[in-house]
Amino acid sequence: MSAVEFLLAGTLAAALPLLLAALGEMVVEKTGLLNLGLEGMMAVGAAIAFICVYHTGAHVLGFMAAAIVSAILAMVFAFLVILVKANQVAAGLAIGVLGLGLSALFGKTYESLTISGLPEYGLPLLSHIPLIGPTLLTQDIVVWLAVIGTIALWYVLNKTKLGLIITAVGENAEAARAIGYPVAVIRCAAVAFGGTMCGLAGAYASTVYTPLWADGMIAGRGWIALALVVFGTWQTGRVAFGALLFGILSLGELTAQAIGVAIPSQVLSSLPYLVTILMLVVISRHQFRASKRL
Amino acid sequence: MRKQALLTLSGVSKRYGTVQANQAIDLEVKSGSIHAILGENGAGKSTLMKLIYGVEHPDDGSIAWNGAPVQLSRPSDAQALGIGMVFQHFSLFETLSVVQNVSLMVPGRPAEIATKIGDLGRKFGLVVDPDAMVHTLSVGERQRVEIIRCLLLNPKLLILDEPTSVLPPQSVKLLFETLRKLQAEGTAILFISHKLEEIRALCDEATVLRDGKVTGRVDPRAHSARDLAQMMIGRDMPHLAVSNSAQPGEVRLRLHNLSHPRATQFGTTLTDVNLDLRAGQVIGIAGISGNGQQELAALISGELRARKPEMVQIMGQAVGRRGPMHRRALGFTFVPEERLGRGAVPEMSLADNSLLTAHGQGMLRGGFIKRRVEQSFTRRCMEDFDVRTSGPDAEAGALSGGNLQKFILGREIMLAPDVMLVSQPTWGVDIGAATAIRRRLIEMRDNGAAILVISEELEELFEICDILHVLHEGRLSTGLPAADTTAEEVGAYMIGARL
Repeated sequence: MSAVEFLLAGTLAAALPLLLAALGEMVVEKTGLLNLGLEGMMAVGAAIAFICVYHTGAHVLGFMAAAIVSAILAMVFAFLVILVKANQVAAGLAIGVLGLGLSALFGKTYESLTISGLPEYGLPLLSHIPLIGPTLLTQDIVVWLAVIGTIALWYVLNKTKLGLIITAVGENAEAARAIGYPVAVIRCAAVAFGGTMCGLAGAYASTVYTPLWADGMIAGRGWIALALVVFGTWQTGRVAFGALLFGILSLGELTAQAIGVAIPSQVLSSLPYLVTILMLVVISRHQFRASKRL
Repeated sequence: MRKQALLTLSGVSKRYGTVQANQAIDLEVKSGSIHAILGENGAGKSTLMKLIYGVEHPDDGSIAWNGAPVQLSRPSDAQALGIGMVFQHFSLFETLSVVQNVSLMVPGRPAEIATKIGDLGRKFGLVVDPDAMVHTLSVGERQRVEIIRCLLLNPKLLILDEPTSVLPPQSVKLLFETLRKLQAEGTAILFISHKLEEIRALCDEATVLRDGKVTGRVDPRAHSARDLAQMMIGRDMPHLAVSNSAQPGEVRLRLHNLSHPRATQFGTTLTDVNLDLRAGQVIGIAGISGNGQQELAALISGELRARKPEMVQIMGQAVGRRGPMHRRALGFTFVPEERLGRGAVPEMSLADNSLLTAHGQGMLRGGFIKRRVEQSFTRRCMEDFDVRTSGPDAEAGALSGGNLQKFILGREIMLAPDVMLVSQPTWGVDIGAATAIRRRLIEMRDNGAAILVISEELEELFEICDILHVLHEGRLSTGLPAADTTAEEVGAYMIGARL
């Protein structure tokens, strides 16, 4: 398998955990909140999903359990921030740390155990196209569902009244309340959605992408997802593009190692994080310039 | 013939902590009448409206709609009955278009709503582009959007909270025409204001509030403004005699071709602002908020640096690139429009708030605070400027708006500035305190200080200023001598009809 084929085949799967978590967080931030606990919610989802699949062999159950548990963790955040009016940065970080701890606790006895991943399906007809057919267009079911889900989310946010309400709540909560929208309920729902998406993201990482349990396997992907939301300027398409870009970057590391490029692996594995910082700098510089030009 | 009472409040009371905001209020609003709620800032008007609109809930008393008692737990309950509300600070979403804003409240497809907005606009003189983004609209247009949004729900009662406070005189006329047309259609209107002449021109009934209690129920057309004022403030309207015979002295503050790009999408770019402020002079800058007032104030105070030093000159020195401390050292002081957070730190005592700008008055020795000096300075400020609170150790955030403003202004005046910038000196301040503040400013001028006042209140500017400028879309008009100009002329500059 050439490096190109390897990248084509693996990018979508590598990007998927980032994509799901970032889209969930995007909705949360659109309602005017900021949940920094992505990493922890993903980690809990990953652990719960792995345990479920290990014992039952059913990925569906693993994804469902992960979604529920991560959503419960997100509701703790919602309770702290919306009802008790705690500081959301502190609350988010606390949820993140709690999630990481729970994940390590649950996963302790499963360390280094493996399970089977998911079969991949080619798209009918299209999968016969040379090069991209057997690689890019042959993916597991979750990838295909995520593609559909991303398009659906774009449609809901941009073309429906629900999307309008979410934007309105985020822009001016006071006004939304004044014209009669239940702001707290809408925000709770958004946070629950964000938690669910993180759970699914974690579940994919631990039961499909690398079907093996190791503590700390989320490895900062929650933080990258958080940066992606800013990188994507809260727009579904751009966030998805950013997730793909980081998917390629994380594979680039493996590819380079396989080809035998003489760069220390630590440098390569820090690449996605370096690019995150670089992107944020470029974006804010661009905004700075735009404001100077006006 | 007696008109049917649409909304009846009996004995409604509301208390916030120790403050009795509303006390046993009885109110009756009839269909097809324009009913004024008249009162000073802090008299309880806004609280009363919140009770009617279901934002707050009364501690006591009852509300009836068409004679039947109702429970208003949330705004949507009020909307369902047919109560619409136009807020003083609009409840619009700036990054959304007009149609999107309306469709958040009104059911229907965007295309249908756009058509309805057009129809309604023609019928009531509320013209606005349905596809425009709200942040590009003027304040008057935003108000129209908000009114249209209410009207599309076919309200039987429309509440307007201080609707004219943000409008130039020309737009006020348009608004009144719209309201009269609505009245003719049978809609009841509750019109909240503290502007007596407007109420006499528009309303057929008035309920006057003072300290949370009803002090009068009258037909405003049958009473003079003086009578209404007496009901509103419980004494005669204070008067301010102003005359300035002195010749202005040397230039203390000069803005020279001051241009500055806006910092954000919602900011205003300042273009070629020129101004000379002399000793013994009060210059007023009129204009609707959001036309560059904040930027201008920040550039003069030093919070924003100008692009070239000579763009801002204080006491003959080019200070455009210097910070606030440097400018204050030259004899400049500044009273910002936000009292809490910029004029004073809410969590700190008044004494410590004095320290913030008056530390040069011997309050420090070797970096240590001399509490005794701090205390006596604060006590003197409280006495001289009639700041009513427990003492120098009272938290700034616990003071009422008027008292805190008197304190901040007093603190800055006690520094004996040569040049002073005051932004919105009497915002949210009751008439008594406002008159006292204006009198102080005049006194300072007579003692030779140069004062620049940025204000939205035209009447106030006419009262205290020698020269008026108007700021519109970041451009400053030429100076108009206050004695020779009229509210109409200034209004024309305010909406950009004249340059």
